[in-house]
Amino acid sequence: MKRLIFIVPLVVLAGVIVAFAAGLQRDPSILPSQLLNRPLPVFAKASVQPGQPGFGSTALRGQPALLNVWASWCGACKVEHPELMALSSAGVPIYGLVWKDTAPAAAQVLDTSGNPYRATADDADGRIGIDLGVTGAPETFVVDARGRVRYKQVGPITPEVWATTLSPLLARLRAEA
Amino acid sequence: MVRTALLLLLVVTAPAAAVLPAEQLADPVKEARARAISRDLRCVQCQNQSIDDSDAPIAHDLRVILRERISAGATDAEAQDYIVRRYGSYVLLKPPLEAATLPLWLGPAAIVGLGAVAAFVTIARRRETTPTPLTPAETARVDTLLDP
Repeated sequence: MKRLIFIVPLVVLAGVIVAFAAGLQRDPSILPSQLLNRPLPVFAKASVQPGQPGFGSTALRGQPALLNVWASWCGACKVEHPELMALSSAGVPIYGLVWKDTAPAAAQVLDTSGNPYRATADDADGRIGIDLGVTGAPETFVVDARGRVRYKQVGPITPEVWATTLSPLLARLRAEA
Repeated sequence: MVRTALLLLLVVTAPAAAVLPAEQLADPVKEARARAISRDLRCVQCQNQSIDDSDAPIAHDLRVILRERISAGATDAEAQDYIVRRYGSYVLLKPPLEAATLPLWLGPAAIVGLGAVAAFVTIARRRETTPTPLTPAETARVDTLLDP
């Protein structure tokens, strides 16, 4: 009993150290999406490329797809661009929401470095981004066949993120659909 | 003299807010309401500033949306809820009492309570212990010490 008094604080301290160590590994800038398991907010916008079709929230139905939020001014979007190109040519449907950008600047990126998107939508004033709870670009929403958000990737899609998180999730959603 | 002037300067200078004149509402009452709400909303980009303090573009957008809601006749709670629905209660600088924040609100009281219980138990136990009577040898030693 007497010894317990000395052991208990040590056990509590060990617990606190473990909790803090785990907390420090977490990136506090990543917020959980409020849209998780809920349908995408309704929107429909024109393309950033003249003469091309835009898209709306209803386009992301029927099969699992990615909704990628990007902009020409965003450095990390350039980092993930080659990965998006690879996924697109592998047949993954990706839709591009151009967030807080000008249409000509975004269209020029697509012309010069390639277009991985089925369609783009021009969210120049960023309102759709705010409805989606976007905190910065790039962010990518994984949307299931029924048009519900199932996951939000904050930051660029690297080959690691694709292999460990997004690819297994999409496979699961395809099996579900 | 210089010290007084410096102190005075500290008193009269208020921290600058990021709200631009173009964002402000013409109605001073509504503008004051918008300012009050935006001081309690966390900027999602620079997370330890309120949207009232932050120069981030998204903080600007959220300030404008807040003012649009208020102009459209929303109450303070409705205007705040519009942003909380999109970004979660995380954006509230004063966390609300909900399941996920229970440890935050009740934790300190629980720890103080546990400490109080431990203290009471220890003190009570200390009082209960009656001293064991001295052995004859000890009594003899005390006598020699007290009566040299």
